[in-house]
Amino acid sequence: MNYAESFRIAMRALAANKARSLLTMLGVIIGVAAVILLVGIGTGVQDEVTGSLEGLGSNLLFVIPGEYTMSMEGGGAPARYFSLDDVDTLERRVEGASAVVPVMRIGSTMKAGNREVRVSVAAANEQGTEVFTSDLADGRHYRKSEVDAASRVVALGSSVATQLFPNQNPLGKQVTLNGQRFTVIGHYKPMGGGLAGDQDGQVYIPITTAQKVFGTTDIVSIAVKSTDPDDVDAVRREITRALTPTFGSEFTVFSQEQTLGILSDLLGMLTYMLAGIAGISLLVGGIGIMNIMLVSVSERTREIGIRKAVGARTYDILSQFVIEAVGLSILGGIVGILVGWGGASLIEQFTPVPANVTPWAVAMSFSFAFFVGVFFGVYPAYKASQLDPIEALRYE
Amino acid sequence: MTTSDVGPWDVVLETRDVTKTYVLEGIEVNALRGVDVAIRKGEMVSIMGPSGSGKSTLMHIVGLLDRPTSGQVILDGADVSRLSQNELAELRNRHIGFVFQSFNLLPRTSALTNVELPLVYGGVGGSERTRRSREALERVGLGDRLGHTSAQLSGGQQQRVAIARALVNNPSIVLADEPTGNLDSKSGVEVMATLQGLHEQGITVILVTHDDQVARHANRIIRVFDGQVKADVDVTDRVLAKPQTIATGEVSE
Repeated sequence: MNYAESFRIAMRALAANKARSLLTMLGVIIGVAAVILLVGIGTGVQDEVTGSLEGLGSNLLFVIPGEYTMSMEGGGAPARYFSLDDVDTLERRVEGASAVVPVMRIGSTMKAGNREVRVSVAAANEQGTEVFTSDLADGRHYRKSEVDAASRVVALGSSVATQLFPNQNPLGKQVTLNGQRFTVIGHYKPMGGGLAGDQDGQVYIPITTAQKVFGTTDIVSIAVKSTDPDDVDAVRREITRALTPTFGSEFTVFSQEQTLGILSDLLGMLTYMLAGIAGISLLVGGIGIMNIMLVSVSERTREIGIRKAVGARTYDILSQFVIEAVGLSILGGIVGILVGWGGASLIEQFTPVPANVTPWAVAMSFSFAFFVGVFFGVYPAYKASQLDPIEALRYE
Repeated sequence: MTTSDVGPWDVVLETRDVTKTYVLEGIEVNALRGVDVAIRKGEMVSIMGPSGSGKSTLMHIVGLLDRPTSGQVILDGADVSRLSQNELAELRNRHIGFVFQSFNLLPRTSALTNVELPLVYGGVGGSERTRRSREALERVGLGDRLGHTSAQLSGGQQQRVAIARALVNNPSIVLADEPTGNLDSKSGVEVMATLQGLHEQGITVILVTHDDQVARHANRIIRVFDGQVKADVDVTDRVLAKPQTIATGEVSE
């Protein structure tokens, strides 16, 4: 007997029990679809984050307080944050820098009239526009004079603008942030579902203003832009030289490349984790197959006896039942791929979450489903093949 | 013809001092205790015995479903008593056709597919398989029931499908185990007539039964009692099943 024959017998058996076959496949379908979908989302997020970082340019350096190793171990609050004096030091001593931008981020609430909205306050100096891309819908960014004077001016992200001032131009309007009145000097175009924080929910104020209004001087990072992308390493050395007298080794300079590397390592790990979790459901699906195959074998004991009596060898019975199990997992795999793919395109279309279906996820989940079928199919099939024909024929 | 003038050249299957011992829950059971039987080509033999006599064990050994504890089983001149299960399966496929008391057809499967089964495992494929299966069904008078599943056939018809399945590989022996046991008397007559028809066409038939009346359809009766052959006699008053409703068809060799 050949494979084609075993295959035909197995398919006939599956077709004879359609509802059961479908329910058994469901485990594999869900498993494969979950792998494809979750890996798709993981990959999509990774692509988007690294893409948006790459958009910033390769001549950027980020200085953060605390000593970080690549393993990111021993986290927690750094001993000391930067202050505006450190920013001054950098501006004076790092000659290759075209911009030095201190950055603070604070969560708060903004009010206008009786409307109120949660915002993320991003504070920087007037050179912030050199480092962070953003498109003004109307108005302007704050100026150096406003930074120097710690003026209460604010530029709104698009969702903040529409929530506080529906159907109005917010330009020139008054808002309250942390109990202080601010004047709106600009607002931005929507940036879409940026995953590096919801940029549309941010408001932008001068860093000096932020320090006064929120009563903190802690600067969480300083972005330094080198004039020439080829000088990034020289600029990094200058930064290190400028900060070492004050901070010792308690600060870290990341280049854009390093940040990208760390981020994509991190997101890649996350993707693998998602794949692993989904893989577990695939494994559970495989156990479902084994369960049903065991039931099927004992239910068809007499059939096995008949087949053996008329000349089926051990191998014929073994292959028939293995092919049945693998058939279930392959069919489940194919349906799962379609479901996962469909789900990913729906998510991509109707939510801001990106989902890229990757060929490796499809290939991996499908072959995993296949091997799950083989692995969990062999034991019931072996059991079937070892039945004694006399006992099997007598079975009621 | 009596058993004494059997030449080795026309014996198709023979057991020589066959014993079979089971261990059931720690107790040894001697199901067969030195059985010698010889089945000649073209014969119709009944193996008779009450339950517990070892009749079923003998049938399993003669049908190559089981191996003896000691002694030899000679099929077409070759000792087959020490072959592996897979080798026995191949021999069963080519030499033995089974007819069981409870028909043992595959459920939800057409008569034709059921009959094809031995050919599937015999490696016969495609149109030849279908042709031979159809012929076998025509031979037992079921040429018009090819697509019927067992649920759509009467008991007698199901048993005749089983007979067609037993025939399809042109076996040396058709082994029928209580073939009328699950049938009403009318269907029983049909089935016995079919088996007798096969015998007339030159096919060796072994009938295993506890029923004297059924056994007398053969032309020789081997009586088994307590694990041994107690009698081996020719039948003088053979019962002929009247094939009233079916035609057994012609030999199509």
